[in-house]
Amino acid sequence: MIAQPPPKADIIARRPEIIAGLRALVPASGLISEELRLKPYETDGLPAYRQIPLAVVLPETTEQVAAVLAFCHKNGVRVVPRGAGTSLSGGALPMADSVVIGLMRMNRILDIDYGDRCATVQAGVTNIGITNAVSAEGFFYAPDPSSQLACMIGGNVGMNSGGAHCLKYGVTANNLLGLKIVTMEGDVLDIGGAHLDAAGYDWLGLMTGSEGMLAMVTEVTVRILRAPEGARAMLVAFDANETAGRAVDAIIGSGIIPVALEFMDRPAIHACEAFAHAGYPLDAEALLIIEVEGSVAEQDDLLGRIAALCEPFHPISLRVSQSAEESIAIWKGRKGAFGAVGRISPDYLCMDGTIPTGQLPFVLRRIGEMSDAYGLKVANIFHAGDGNLHPLIMFDANLAGNFEHAEAFGADILKLCVEVGGCLTGEHGVGVEKRELMRVQFTDIELDQQRRIKSAFDPDWLLNPSKVFPLVDMPVTAMPGTAMPVAA
Amino acid sequence: MSAALAPAHESGVVEAILAARAANEPLLIQGRGTKAGMLRPVQAARGLSTRNLTDVSLYSPQELIISAGAGITIPDLEAKLAEGGQGIIAEPPDLSALLGTEGVQTLGGVVATNLSGPRRVAWGAMRDHVMGVRAVNGAGEVIRSGGRVLKNVTGLDLCKLLTGSYGTLAVLTEVTLKVLPRAELTGSLLLPGLDAVQGVAALSAALGSPYGVSGAAWLPADAAERVPELAGRGAVAVVRIEDFARSVEYRLGRLTTDLAVFGTPVLLDDGASRAAWRAIRDAMPLRAEPGDAVWRVSVRPSNGPAAITALEATGARCFLDWGGGLVWIAGPPALHDSVMATALAGRGTWTVLRAPEPMRAAVDVIPAEAPALARITRRVKAAMDPSGILNPGRLYAGV
Ligand SMILES: Cc1cc2nc3c(=O)[nH]c(=O)nc-3n(C[C@H](O)[C@H](O)[C@H](O)COP(=O)(O)OP(=O)(O)OC[C@H]3O[C@@H](n4cnc5c(N)ncnc54)[C@H](O)[C@@H]3O)c2cc1C
Repeated sequence: MIAQPPPKADIIARRPEIIAGLRALVPASGLISEELRLKPYETDGLPAYRQIPLAVVLPETTEQVAAVLAFCHKNGVRVVPRGAGTSLSGGALPMADSVVIGLMRMNRILDIDYGDRCATVQAGVTNIGITNAVSAEGFFYAPDPSSQLACMIGGNVGMNSGGAHCLKYGVTANNLLGLKIVTMEGDVLDIGGAHLDAAGYDWLGLMTGSEGMLAMVTEVTVRILRAPEGARAMLVAFDANETAGRAVDAIIGSGIIPVALEFMDRPAIHACEAFAHAGYPLDAEALLIIEVEGSVAEQDDLLGRIAALCEPFHPISLRVSQSAEESIAIWKGRKGAFGAVGRISPDYLCMDGTIPTGQLPFVLRRIGEMSDAYGLKVANIFHAGDGNLHPLIMFDANLAGNFEHAEAFGADILKLCVEVGGCLTGEHGVGVEKRELMRVQFTDIELDQQRRIKSAFDPDWLLNPSKVFPLVDMPVTAMPGTAMPVAA
Repeated sequence: MSAALAPAHESGVVEAILAARAANEPLLIQGRGTKAGMLRPVQAARGLSTRNLTDVSLYSPQELIISAGAGITIPDLEAKLAEGGQGIIAEPPDLSALLGTEGVQTLGGVVATNLSGPRRVAWGAMRDHVMGVRAVNGAGEVIRSGGRVLKNVTGLDLCKLLTGSYGTLAVLTEVTLKVLPRAELTGSLLLPGLDAVQGVAALSAALGSPYGVSGAAWLPADAAERVPELAGRGAVAVVRIEDFARSVEYRLGRLTTDLAVFGTPVLLDDGASRAAWRAIRDAMPLRAEPGDAVWRVSVRPSNGPAAITALEATGARCFLDWGGGLVWIAGPPALHDSVMATALAGRGTWTVLRAPEPMRAAVDVIPAEAPALARITRRVKAAMDPSGILNPGRLYAGV
């Protein structure tokens, strides 16, 4: 179970005064303090953890964000930045003494420049909102998390989110040009811009994936890309995970980098097929969805080469989509994977480790053994090109201890990811969920180095302070204010 | 300055830093020193070089990953990658001719300066492909960040912070890069006779096409004359495709049609295209006289033509890469104020790549930061290098 640091008693005691102070800084409807209306903000995409915050503020401008942060800084109030609250690692989980600053009202597209291939948007614009704004001109914003209908670009920056197509197009960090940020002290700063290379330290890179701990993002300038002429998928099924893994190696080794290369294991295939009726072969142990882009002739050429590369591994079925509709049908099962698992199990935990791709067969075998030992089912979805593994652990929260059991299983999987040379999280972030596991991947010296960098931005540790770093036994750092009180 | 230390193991880097810290003596951090003339000069008691850290500890072509000591030379690294039919994605330039330096650059040097070539416009900068680092900070502590996998958001991304930090925060000892297969074929399309405005409009149309353009430069006539493959046609816009052979042919054909309003293009075959882009990568089109300074200015691409026009009026020589967004500039050091003004007018940044030492010590070699950001810069420097012994003053005076 995950502990929260104890709330600051003086802040709780001064709640009415703090709320009155905040009320003066944002429009009347932008301050929420009634228990019932705070409820929707008590959790995020990791609903096992909940905490009603002190208050929620919904600013509409960068100036309001700056005023709120400066006020909180002056009063020693902790702040939790929030986008759409879809974080799967509890990154937007409030603390009892914290003010949640939600940016959903900052949802305007500020500038689109097709000639310079960039767009500037406010942080509360949804991920799909950017693509929708530019698609009529044939452009798109590349990173495409499955949550793209809901999640916001500010949250994407916070988590450095990925998507099914990041093998070719990269993750959020690779598609950003500039940010407007507000520091905890309330200073508004422009980082980067519409040009490609900023001089000086790479603040843009450091901010991306910093989980709301360094500064708040209010505007984002992204690269927009011209969409390819077309895209098509193929489906290849194998009778063993090892064989599918070797086929993936053969494809990448041949010099072809498909735009997407997704892997599902047997339980995932069955869950998705039952849900989406995508025509997945139920006798398969492993399924690959491979997508390529280009003109129809180029697609034919690449899909033909890939089919030939798979042949020596004796696929039990191989289906090349003949149309855009058929490609959508092939993707339908994969895209509905969460819903599908949600249907066959009352609850599930979505894990997110990365492994060296060559370790896939070994890791899946070990996960299978752990699944037996824990008595919990698991379905595995894998971005096979880049090694990002999503085991979906099924459990029933109504059974006493079942959630804790699932969490322990998940932690064991993540430790295994690190053991084989990978990492704790590929795209969902550390949040509160993997905080205590950071020790598995980093030494105390390394964690302390990261903490000192947080201190450089936020010396008093007011910005999202209970995330990412283990709470207990924090080594004393060189900077003042760094050592958080240890949870009871 | 006493002789540079060049340890053969990371532990030697740790020892050197601990000793320097104990003596409170700054260190000049280098690979092979090919970039010593970039940005501000460093006053140091001793040099510390990573040139002897050259091991390739991991190369896994099917995982698109290579880990190598910071001291491996770029040619050696490219040779290793060629065994797997792969290459460095960001196409780092070799600026030795331009900078007048001897010797070969190292991986650590290219990463520490975040030096990217023409492909940056499509495939990202050096910093986009640094998946993991090992480094020693100014307290002599070994710090790892990232790892050997392609997707990793575990903790703060110090790979990005250290890339482009010019050895001021930590000494890189090992770098893990994402790599990609080399293209089967390359080909280019030249559009002669366009002025800067038309040229950048053509580049923008090409980069905004669905054909995956991976290089887009515009050279005025005098610059084009210096590249045999581009010479004799006046000013030229050049667009590159790198892909499977069939795709290169198809895509150049489509671009020829789509860019017809800009004139009739000339096509360069694989060999000519590779040679031309190697020259553009290494800034060979730029004529820099012995006393000249050299700058790189990064602006919004559509601001490139105004930048080049303003600078040429002051007597500078220039050409444009990155679709108009990168201005290479050579001219007398006295032009520095014009370069800064031009970069600011184009809402971009500048970097002094080469200049006489007194000038480098006196001017803003990169833009000064807003006061609140400068404060963070000093705190981050202190968080990584508490005694201020790693390349002090390299980026900013007093940092
Ligand atoms: C069904 C589902 C599918 C998903 N699929 C994917 C996927 O394919 N790939 C993927 O990478 N992720 C995925 N996610 C995870 C999640 O959607 C991403 O992490 C997303 O980027 C979070 O965006 P958000 O707006 O919801 O941010 P939130 O959850 O509100 O916040 C995320 C983090 O960023 C911080 N933050 C938010 N806004 C700001 C800001 N303006 N300034 C500073 N910090 C800020 C928060 O404090 C928090 O730490 C999925 C989630 C769900 C529920």
